[in-house]
Amino acid sequence: MSNIRIRAQSRDGVTTVRCLITHEMETGLRKDEATGGRVPADFIQEVHATWNDQKVLNTYWSGGISTDPYISFKFNGGAAGDTIHFTWVDNQGVTETTTATIS
Amino acid sequence: MTETQLDTKRRLLLQGSLGVGLAALLPTSVFANWPQDAFKAEDKDGALQALLGNNAVEMSDAVDLKVPDIAENGAQVPVTVETELAGVESITILATTNQNPLIATFNIPEVALPFIATRIKMAETGDVMAVVKTANGLFANTKTVQVTVGGCGT
Repeated sequence: MSNIRIRAQSRDGVTTVRCLITHEMETGLRKDEATGGRVPADFIQEVHATWNDQKVLNTYWSGGISTDPYISFKFNGGAAGDTIHFTWVDNQGVTETTTATIS
Repeated sequence: MTETQLDTKRRLLLQGSLGVGLAALLPTSVFANWPQDAFKAEDKDGALQALLGNNAVEMSDAVDLKVPDIAENGAQVPVTVETELAGVESITILATTNQNPLIATFNIPEVALPFIATRIKMAETGDVMAVVKTANGLFANTKTVQVTVGGCGT
């Protein structure tokens, strides 16, 4: 099951992409009430997306991005039926990739 | 094999092993290009200096920053940054009162528009700052968000 939901829409030559990722986004600063220690950091560090082998998103994150991150971005070009590749990598080395079709 | 070819191979091998060595030193960061120093900085100037090599920002209304005036839940504060400035290289979002103010930085590829919308965590009431980098320097705008319930310790 993919933990990334993407909607990409093209209008007047501009594609708007909206993504919702399922991820804890633990900062590493939060206290664990049970143990008194810190909850280990576990957050997405890098997200990128490509369209026709061109970069359309290239971003670095901290744990300051909300749990279950939402990100929206826009680019020039893109037509209905085109594919967008979307990938994230977290600080634990976990990664996930998905593709979406522009509508 | 000539002396030069051998030399090149030797250099490649050296570079290769150096790369592995560095990666082993950074177990918390998968990508060496994740700007760790900037994200670990404890004030916004330090973060900008580490990230962009400069913290001389010019306040500008050309940077359109949208945040709510009041956020009941500091764990989910919507932020939208947009600008009409030309040649935008990156958009950076900071929450100045967070322990580590740098939230995220978005490089804007050539075909992308200078537009970003996301949600951030805010520990307490404070300023959200958006910094837009262009060839002409750093342009910024800030807005204060009243946080009712902090979003970092929960």
